[in-house]
Amino acid sequence: MNRWLSDSALERLREAADSPDLADTRYRLIDKLGQGGMGGVFRVEDTTLERQVALKVITVGDPEAGWPTRLLQEARVIAKLEHPGIVPVHDAGVLADGRSFYTMKLVQGKRLDEHVATVPGLSDRLRIFLRICDAVAFAHAHSVLHRDLKPGNVMVGPFGEVLVMDWGLSKLVGSPSGSATSQSGEAPAAEIVGPGTAHGSVLGTPGYMAPEQTRGEASVDERADIYSLGAVLQFLLADASPRPVPRALAAIRLRAMAADPADRYPSVQELADDVAHFLDGLQVNAYPEGPLPRAWRWIARNRAWILLLLAYMVTRALLIFFRPR
Amino acid sequence: MTDDTSIGGVRHQFPSTHWSQIEGTRSPHAEERRRALDSLISAYWKPVYKYIRLHWKKENEPAKDLTQEFFARLVEKGLLDRFDPERARLRTYLRVCVDGLVMNEDKAAQRVKRGGHVTLLPLDFESAEGELRQLPLAAAGNPEELFSREFARSLFGLALERLRRELEEKGKGLHFELLELYDIDEGGKPLTYDEVARRYRIKPTDVTNYLAYARREFRRIVLDELRAMTATEDEFRREAHTLLGVKL
Repeated sequence: MNRWLSDSALERLREAADSPDLADTRYRLIDKLGQGGMGGVFRVEDTTLERQVALKVITVGDPEAGWPTRLLQEARVIAKLEHPGIVPVHDAGVLADGRSFYTMKLVQGKRLDEHVATVPGLSDRLRIFLRICDAVAFAHAHSVLHRDLKPGNVMVGPFGEVLVMDWGLSKLVGSPSGSATSQSGEAPAAEIVGPGTAHGSVLGTPGYMAPEQTRGEASVDERADIYSLGAVLQFLLADASPRPVPRALAAIRLRAMAADPADRYPSVQELADDVAHFLDGLQVNAYPEGPLPRAWRWIARNRAWILLLLAYMVTRALLIFFRPR
Repeated sequence: MTDDTSIGGVRHQFPSTHWSQIEGTRSPHAEERRRALDSLISAYWKPVYKYIRLHWKKENEPAKDLTQEFFARLVEKGLLDRFDPERARLRTYLRVCVDGLVMNEDKAAQRVKRGGHVTLLPLDFESAEGELRQLPLAAAGNPEELFSREFARSLFGLALERLRRELEEKGKGLHFELLELYDIDEGGKPLTYDEVARRYRIKPTDVTNYLAYARREFRRIVLDELRAMTATEDEFRREAHTLLGVKL
């Protein structure tokens, strides 16, 4: 007898089947935070340490297909990246229902795509961007590519801390397939869910994905992340004030997002240096200037000194002019 | 209501795990083909019928004919042979096939040849009609969502039936009753675990353990069924994600 299931029963059953089975663990389920391409992220209470953490669990676990390994690999990759801009992993294992999981710090805050509306000024936005670059450069230094950088995967905390999340599509440079997989719950829109990310699989988010990544090329390297950072910069510049976007910044974005990886910045650090130079009023590598714009930028950067000097010269001139003869 | 079909006879049980029914429909062995088609029809006939009724706004009788016609074609014309899991999910493929059939409804000479309202499969349309009356008017929205939701309803219903049977066989009928109480039954404020424990004369911890067990088994069976209803590992994972991970 196949019974009639109401929409409400259908939803409750779906939740019952999707929720992690936390029997025999130290965790107690509180609620669901989001859904990623490969699994869900839940707010749980660590009953031993009496604190809330985020628990990520894959939707479907099957040891034969290697997915638990993949999630654990993700946890291990993140665990290696001890950086203030990367969410720390606390614990990992396999649940009673056979699904692998890991727990991480519960980040309170907003995703960058939501937070950005509260930051209208260009300089403040660029400082956020530099913090993202710091975390990504750190990962690259540890041979880890993110491969899904986008505003939805960056969290900004209540004290201005910036955390790069969702290392679910991350990959160790030089490894043949993708590895490791989201607290923000952002699903990689173009992900083709599968047990691995071998050559030909498209993983990432359209609009933020480098062309070579979109084509599913196996030889994706750090420059794919640099392309995505360029797209994040473009997002941050979109409605920032003042308008229009300064040419030097536009040039930085263009270079980061060059179609050919060879035309991009060779490293995240060099991209970050250029943005920092712009913030300091220095010349940026991506925008060769003629003498006039260079002079104008020099004047703008040294405006205070120039005004002081001008004031001094005018005062001296006045003193000479009105000196009693 | 019954899940019988004329193809597979009485359908007591789903086939073994990790075996795709799609592959089964292409088997050289007639018995395997029949069993596979039977399973697919059991899971899909209600979504197809409701989809024709709601999305295509067909009356009861024409919808019955079209549903019968659809599954007859599925069996006789080997529609599944043309299914390519690389290009679409089975669910989407079947819905598009239904669309094609309904759009050509005016050219229904074949149905007339069959003699109109001939019952090809003993499908329990009355129960499907009863379910339709309980659906909200807004149910017929996006066709893909409608078909997906009705497929989930059908699959969950079949999985629950299998869960009930398996738990009863293991002497764990109470586990199923608790699942019914918390996750299926409609009505007022949910009872606390203490209240339920008093009602069934068990410990409150037993309530949580039994419930966790039943939910775990339900999840296992749903995934098991889904695996049988999908052609590739990739399709299975995407369907599982849609069915379990994403709000329906």
